[in-house]
Amino acid sequence: MEFITQTTADGATRLTIEGELSIYDAAEIKHRLIEGIRGAAVFELDLSHVGVMDSAGFQLLTLAKRESQELGHALRIVGHSPAVREVIEFFNMVAYFGDPLVIPAGEQS
Amino acid sequence: MDEILSVFSVEAREQLDAMEAGLLQLERGDRDAETINAVFRAAHTIKGGAGVVEIASIEHFTHVLENVLDRLRNGEIAVDSEMISALLLGCDHISALLDAVQSGQLGPDAELDTAGAAIADQLRPFLDGNAPAARGGALTADGGDEADLQRSDRASATNDCWHISIRFGRGVLRNGMDPLAFLRYLLNLGEIVHITTLCDAMPDADSMDPEACYLGFEISFRSHASKEAIERVFEFCRDDCELFILPPNSKLDEFIALIEALPEETMRLGEILIKSGALTREELDSGLHQQQAAGVAAGATAAPPPLGNILVERNSVQPELVEAAAAKQRTVSEKKTAESSLIRVHADKLDQLIDLVGELVIAGAATNLLAKKSGEAALVEATSVLSRLVESIRDSALQLRMVQIGETFNRFHRVARDVSRELGKEIELVINGGETELDKSVVEKIGDPLMHLVRNAMDHGIESAAARAAAGKPATGRVELNAFHDSGSIVIEVGDDGGGLDKLRIQAKAIERGLLQANETLSDQDVVNLIFEPGFSTVDKVSNLSGRGVGMDVVKKNITALRGSVDVRTEPGAGSRFIIRLPLTLAIIDGFLVGVGRASYVIPLDMVVECIDLGDAGGDRNYLNLRGEVLPFVRLRELFEVPGQPPSRENVVVVQYAGQKAGIVVDQLLGEFQTVIKPLGTLFRNMRGIGGSTILGSGEVALILDVQALIGRCAKSEEQRAHGNTGSRRLEAH
Repeated sequence: MEFITQTTADGATRLTIEGELSIYDAAEIKHRLIEGIRGAAVFELDLSHVGVMDSAGFQLLTLAKRESQELGHALRIVGHSPAVREVIEFFNMVAYFGDPLVIPAGEQS
Repeated sequence: MDEILSVFSVEAREQLDAMEAGLLQLERGDRDAETINAVFRAAHTIKGGAGVVEIASIEHFTHVLENVLDRLRNGEIAVDSEMISALLLGCDHISALLDAVQSGQLGPDAELDTAGAAIADQLRPFLDGNAPAARGGALTADGGDEADLQRSDRASATNDCWHISIRFGRGVLRNGMDPLAFLRYLLNLGEIVHITTLCDAMPDADSMDPEACYLGFEISFRSHASKEAIERVFEFCRDDCELFILPPNSKLDEFIALIEALPEETMRLGEILIKSGALTREELDSGLHQQQAAGVAAGATAAPPPLGNILVERNSVQPELVEAAAAKQRTVSEKKTAESSLIRVHADKLDQLIDLVGELVIAGAATNLLAKKSGEAALVEATSVLSRLVESIRDSALQLRMVQIGETFNRFHRVARDVSRELGKEIELVINGGETELDKSVVEKIGDPLMHLVRNAMDHGIESAAARAAAGKPATGRVELNAFHDSGSIVIEVGDDGGGLDKLRIQAKAIERGLLQANETLSDQDVVNLIFEPGFSTVDKVSNLSGRGVGMDVVKKNITALRGSVDVRTEPGAGSRFIIRLPLTLAIIDGFLVGVGRASYVIPLDMVVECIDLGDAGGDRNYLNLRGEVLPFVRLRELFEVPGQPPSRENVVVVQYAGQKAGIVVDQLLGEFQTVIKPLGTLFRNMRGIGGSTILGSGEVALILDVQALIGRCAKSEEQRAHGNTGSRRLEAH
């Protein structure tokens, strides 16, 4: 589990998560996400390196999204790993997050 | 056509028959709950089957019927004949759709669709809430059925989906279970048509426990799985979640109950249900409106009990589901028992078996002959045991093809109903001897001629109510269908108590049509038989049903083609009776072997009454005195122009058919013989007096005599003699 925080060229805070978005690190992830969203007007999440996401992880993403909406901040998921994309699509929540699902070249089935 | 499709259509037709029979029973005043249930189940089975084989047209149309039947079953509407008519039309339409499927047409057909829509329109009044209600249910807030129709009208498949509402408990994740896994597992049972994820239960970010589960889902699920199977998916978290499963086509109030039972806000859930296709907006609005109205009404008498109401509603969901599940189980087990007592066999296989048995019979006869020639007692005994067994096999093989005629007869209840409405006559159909069995191939072919006779009896036979009253008869006309066995044939009678055939009119018409010379005189029977002449019809007004002048001759032709005969007995003012005689089977008969010169002939044993010595009685005459009775006879030797001198002793085989006796003079009596009937080639099709051929044990060919034709011949010549003229010759020549 690795969290990398950086600031992008247009001033947004970008959190890149590597590893699993799952119940095992749920507390840690929640903390990082909420902290991130509260601390930045534009918060970007790069999930392109997330290998596994379970319901707990998904739940935390929706929490983050809701929190951002309540604060009037923007949450953008800028990279979806196949695992993340699959779960969001399965739950029919693509529209809720409103982020373009970027399908990397060569991955289209 | 695919095997599965053909199985489906066979079953669907059976169900249709059951439905029709049940509907007619309902109309006759039998309001038994079991009858209504049977009709409903039949419709339901057809719909389910259509769903499995993916014939959407039938599935959707049957769904409409099912909705009406469901209301009927719940006592929300009362039986009336208009509704039965519409439902019967629905049956016909399903049958037409099945025809289309069977002819290989799987796509929609504009014409059929229009017809279906028209019938659906007729059924609409029975789906609307304003139809006379027959119940005063208190607990369940009903209604919303009008919306039910709108849903089915939409004809989209989404209304055939299960609706699953699940709210996972907080501890699910912590216990090592993942909602995602359950839902993915659900995919093994069917297809998730729509899913809505709900996180409303999640508290604000600070108090949210990242390891607790706050997820809930509304799922529209298309599957043929049972409710138990769906429930089992969630078995491991069953104690730790709120699960509601609504079967496909659930009532609107069940959805409303669901909405109330769930923790989220009503309108939000309503929106979700609309989005998932479970409900339409109108349905939701009308349902909620009804609910409020019920609440207000309840409030007038008792305190408004929102919470209690919810609990009651919650309870009311369950029995419905239990009932649906139980009904499903019941049909499954019923089907199983029916299956275990019946085996479906392809008719071809049966025919093949009969063919083989036929060959066995011939081979057995050959063995018998050889054994007898050899004179070895042990061999003769062995072969006689063998032939007895072959005989039993033959009988049971033929028995396999035997079906009761009752099924064919029962179809006429519907005909009687429709015709009596159309003609405005009261007609009662009485069926006797429905359990009489005959060969399936005969049954199939007799349906159309019978239909014609029954319709004729109703249309032409039974008089109008006024005429009946004037004649002092009961207002309700009576058409009878009888069946019974008689000397190796089956007799089917179609009788009516109407006016009888008008001989003078028949004669006049025959003269007008050039069938008869004005100065010809005919016996009464011959006059009546004129109705079987091609192009003969006495009714001036052509009705929808009969009277187009095609028919009676076709009826006769069809029956003759089955080696049968048709007779009319009529009495002015008292009615007429058509008597059809048919052989029991078309394949194998017990024969009586006789010899003339060197040739052998077979007479069907069932028709043989006795054998006597001709002695001196013959002479030049062609009749003899049989115990004081005049017995006309034919000499086969003369008839078939067999060369050679007759032996000094000739024998007479006395045969009987349709109450008439005649003698057949032969040289030798050769004894009983099992005969496999081989059809004669097309070249001999029109030959009178010969019914077929068979192969003897010696390999020789023997001709099977057509006793009916021979008797007819005898009777004719006798009649001519009696009348001393040649009036009937014309008829004989056609």
